[in-house]
Amino acid sequence: MIIELRGRGIVPGHAEGEALVSHETISGWGGIDPATGTIIERRHELYGVCFTGKVLVFPGAKGSSGWSAFFQSTRLLGTAPLAMVFSTLSTKSALGAVVTRVPAVSQLDQDPVATIHTGDRVTVDAYRGIVTVTTDR
Amino acid sequence: MRLADDEKAMLDGAEGPAVAAAMDLLVRYGEALGAERLCDIRNVAGTMTQPSPVKAKLVREGGWNKAFSVLNLDSDDDVEIPPMRVPTCQLQQGFGEDALGVAPYPPGMIELQADAESFYGAHGVNILATCTPYQVGNLPVRGEHCAWMESSAVVYCNSVLGARTNCEGTASTGAASLTGKIPCWGNHLPENRHGTHLIESAVPVDGFLDWGMFGYFVGDVVQENRPVVTGDLRRPDLADLKHFGAATASSGGVEIYHIPGITPEAATLEAAFGGRAIPEKIVYGERERRAVYQRLNDQGESADVDFILLGCPHASLDQIARAARALDGKKLNPGTELWMMTPRALRTVADRNGYTEIIHKAGGRLLTDSCPAMSKSAPEGTRVFATDSAKQAHYLPAILGIEAWYGTLEDCVEAAVTGTWRGELK
Repeated sequence: MIIELRGRGIVPGHAEGEALVSHETISGWGGIDPATGTIIERRHELYGVCFTGKVLVFPGAKGSSGWSAFFQSTRLLGTAPLAMVFSTLSTKSALGAVVTRVPAVSQLDQDPVATIHTGDRVTVDAYRGIVTVTTDR
Repeated sequence: MRLADDEKAMLDGAEGPAVAAAMDLLVRYGEALGAERLCDIRNVAGTMTQPSPVKAKLVREGGWNKAFSVLNLDSDDDVEIPPMRVPTCQLQQGFGEDALGVAPYPPGMIELQADAESFYGAHGVNILATCTPYQVGNLPVRGEHCAWMESSAVVYCNSVLGARTNCEGTASTGAASLTGKIPCWGNHLPENRHGTHLIESAVPVDGFLDWGMFGYFVGDVVQENRPVVTGDLRRPDLADLKHFGAATASSGGVEIYHIPGITPEAATLEAAFGGRAIPEKIVYGERERRAVYQRLNDQGESADVDFILLGCPHASLDQIARAARALDGKKLNPGTELWMMTPRALRTVADRNGYTEIIHKAGGRLLTDSCPAMSKSAPEGTRVFATDSAKQAHYLPAILGIEAWYGTLEDCVEAAVTGTWRGELK
């Protein structure tokens, strides 16, 4: 089955890859380790999981304003996600996507966190704001 | 996004390559937000001096100009940095010289930071070196447009001071410092400042511990929304509101809250919601209060406490005085250390008042500039720590891989003296 979500491109670009879906918001500072590209918040559902090279799908950013700098560091250290798809646009997630310089889409017509499952094949067309999901479901 | 003539000129390089790079970032960021325009600001609180391995490498390659270009402007070009265009301060950073021999923190990082302070100080950055700039010389007036980062400072700036800032980041504050501009979006627009959720406390919220727990509850419930809190609230002081806001911004992403009758944009409950319909209330009762306490203590197993951390966000003078009173004439347990963090400007006052001497005589340390979470540094061998800060209890277990206890200042001091955690919710 193919599902198409329409939203707004936040950072222009195009990417195709495997989805990693977080149902919980993500912290940057204190939430991820840029050296390894993993989630380190102990209470988080993805504790210990690596997002490098994945299409990171999440509800939004939370916590410290270090969010963008930590995701910028993932770019500088080579551990960045492939693309970002997130429900709630905030200054943290917008600036974070800008300085990570990966294709990013937000403000979608369907909830990406409910629609996309970890492991789904996802195409992110952030020029047009379209996220296409290919799934076995 | 529409640019004004002066903004177009900056983008086109009329004011040099650094300002052009700054404007380029602001345009990319403003477009990402969907902002219609930029607004003029004259108050920036950002971060430039804090050392990190990435920064050290950039400085080796191209000095502080390169570090600022890459990290504070998100630019690939290595440009020469002009003086700050608008008043700009440095927030909390790494440990300074006062932590030498106290915190296991690389002396090389302290040197690098001192070098950064020279560079940025000469460029007009005020080195306040605190997460609470509003305590030590940067107190925006009501309605002032700011570009601040540090979530606990942002929520204080919007809610308690009635100034206007989004939760900015390293690159956007860097760009703002060279242009005096920031996207006019979110909290800068009056219509986005009214409450969205009503939370009523059915239990007394009185004192530092309870304001922190209530904040942790509120942040978890509303996430990135705008809570209005009412109920049995006993009049908070600066430290209570500092703690409450920091907690809402740790369990959630709160950037503005209102307390009718206390915070400036909420003279009444109706005003807090901007005259719109008041939503159904969410109640914070004894059950919720106990659940928050449990949650903040769910990273604690062993009662053998190695380390006590006070002053998150950086302690006020009142908090330092209270800690000094609690520690006066006591001696810390030999296996337990106690640090209290405060801005260096307040440390100077604490020195004059004799508070520092009392804390140090007991075996504790009054430290400045940073905190264990920012510097990723606690006393050697720490396995279990205790704190009176909901924010530090939230973050430090993840950052340092240690257990955490949360309680009152008095619980913390008792644990410091006995080495054993005996905190319980009263």
